[in-house]
Amino acid sequence: MQDKPLVIAGREFTSRLIIGTGKYKDYAQNAAALKASGAEMVTVAMRRVNVMNPDEPMLVDFINPKETVYLPNTAGCFTGEDAVRTLRLAREAGGWSLVKLEVLSDPKHLYPDMEETVRAAKMLLDDGFEVMVYCSDDPVFAQKLEDLGCAAIMPLGAPIGSGLGLQNKVNIRLIVEQSSVPVIVDAGVGTASDATEAMELGCDGVLMNTAIAEAQDPIRMARAMKHAVIAGREAYLAGRMAKKRYADPSSPLAGLI
Amino acid sequence: MKITLNGEAHEVESGTTVTALLGALKIPLVKVAVERNLCIVPQSTFDEVILQEGDRIEIVRFIGGG
Repeated sequence: MQDKPLVIAGREFTSRLIIGTGKYKDYAQNAAALKASGAEMVTVAMRRVNVMNPDEPMLVDFINPKETVYLPNTAGCFTGEDAVRTLRLAREAGGWSLVKLEVLSDPKHLYPDMEETVRAAKMLLDDGFEVMVYCSDDPVFAQKLEDLGCAAIMPLGAPIGSGLGLQNKVNIRLIVEQSSVPVIVDAGVGTASDATEAMELGCDGVLMNTAIAEAQDPIRMARAMKHAVIAGREAYLAGRMAKKRYADPSSPLAGLI
Repeated sequence: MKITLNGEAHEVESGTTVTALLGALKIPLVKVAVERNLCIVPQSTFDEVILQEGDRIEIVRFIGGG
């Protein structure tokens, strides 16, 4: 039984795992982790060229944007104007209109500023971008972002980089149930079981960075995440057994000697 | 003449185009985006756009991020 592909803004993906490209030892390790993860899309950031050292390694020389979809982010942006400015530069550098919007607030928890996120999403959509939006796990805001026309809703599982796993499964499930665009848990995954749990809730995909990059063996963890996402998706599609309060023997009682 | 390049003071000769600036800095043209006074400079116009005194130029590229 084939699963249907993940479709985001008209683009089809076989893998339901999206990985970040930050915090790795180097771009070579990042590229190896990408291969092991089977992901077809990576998040990337826009930053100033180091004009004193133009020969520094370039991400595009390790992860080919023709083979892997680049999803430019707005990490580090705290206003809608910052986010729009950053993504216009990304569109010019790469020609991509599919972007990840994140407008952050306090650096201590990196929670999204939802009021500003909604405003920035409007600005980007008006400018022709297809917006995958990092958001809080609030179903009300998630619905507002979908109604605006965002291409994917990406609620956090826990604070960025915390690895704490899904803190509010009730809200994630509510967002999954109400959404008609893909729901991708973005941030908070720490280990394979967290990714599986997100997929078992019915999420369409999982986005992670630190869980792979800061594992003792990032390549092995990338492979684990590939399997975790597949396992969770399959379990969701299979439909789990009902939970019972007491034991129910697996071997028949009839014919006992 | 003076411009501001990625937030730092920088000296260029008058008549310098964006292409010439990138060439002098040895930055590959195809891998970056350029902003001049908060407006995108399309790559197709790098040869034509001539820098002016006091321009604020940003040259950015993709790096790893989450």
